[in-house]
Amino acid sequence: MESDKFLIAGKHYLSRLLVGTGKYKDFKETQTAISESGAEIVTVAIRRTNIGQDIKEESLLDFIPKEKYTYLPNTAGCYTKDDAIRTLRLARELLDGHNLVKLEVLGDPNTLYPNVVETVEAAKVLIKEGFDVMVYTSDDPIIAKQLEDIGCCAIMPLASLIGSGMGILNPHNLEIIIDNAKVPVIVDAGVGTASDAVIAMELGCDGVLMNTAIAAADNPILMAAAMKKAIESGREAFLAGRMKKKFYQADPSSPTSGLIK
Amino acid sequence: MKIYVNGQQKNFEATEICLTSLIEKLALNEKKFAIEYNGEIISKSNFSQTFLKEGDKLEIVVAVGGG
Repeated sequence: MESDKFLIAGKHYLSRLLVGTGKYKDFKETQTAISESGAEIVTVAIRRTNIGQDIKEESLLDFIPKEKYTYLPNTAGCYTKDDAIRTLRLARELLDGHNLVKLEVLGDPNTLYPNVVETVEAAKVLIKEGFDVMVYTSDDPIIAKQLEDIGCCAIMPLASLIGSGMGILNPHNLEIIIDNAKVPVIVDAGVGTASDAVIAMELGCDGVLMNTAIAAADNPILMAAAMKKAIESGREAFLAGRMKKKFYQADPSSPTSGLIK
Repeated sequence: MKIYVNGQQKNFEATEICLTSLIEKLALNEKKFAIEYNGEIISKSNFSQTFLKEGDKLEIVVAVGGG
């Protein structure tokens, strides 16, 4: 599907799967899983470095080279707009002026549910400062539209709670968000297995962002490959346009005439 | 001189230490990192002109795995 390109903040991508880099056994597994997933955009977190560390200690970025991937620094763990803004300013410095970011402002440590009020305020400041903001939010269509109107370059509603693997709990809200949006809608959080990713894409999402579904699988490398196919398959089914459902009425696929008597 | 790096107190004998020498002391010179110095981001080009003083607070961050 060479012609069906995916545009984020003015840049085309071939893969509609975005992946996180957390929770893997080691950097080698992270690297192999991401490579198998075919993802081009990968999220990273920004954290304090260890002080007095081993100079030869390996770094994540050495395993996911910037020549090959687009980094998407996140604000995971931030509960206020100020912490999120501060984190992304540091990320921009760290990544040599890189503007594409994932904003998430959390509201509660048990559910990691987004605090949409703080998210809206943070997005306004970041956009003014020239960031291209991909924003994690709830599946509330009104907030999603507000975030788009502010100037976010992608709206990323949850399918279910971060790391829960519960799948898509409210497909109808996602459909409303997709119908209203003129920027890409990317399901972020909650996907548990390949069928969840297919459903998201069949609903008309532009992409899916996931981490735990791959990293916490028994075989992350195989799950990464499965997710790549799921995203492609769901996208093609969406573009193909599914048949209408017929309730309580079968329709034979073979000719009804010419039967032997 | 006491300064705070990522929340940890560090003591230095010398009075004149710039950020470049601090980074060397912390063995960070080979790493990709960013520094916030008393709440302001300092670009690498200004490290050699930024001298530490008593009570300074630094945050030094790197990219790690995350979703």
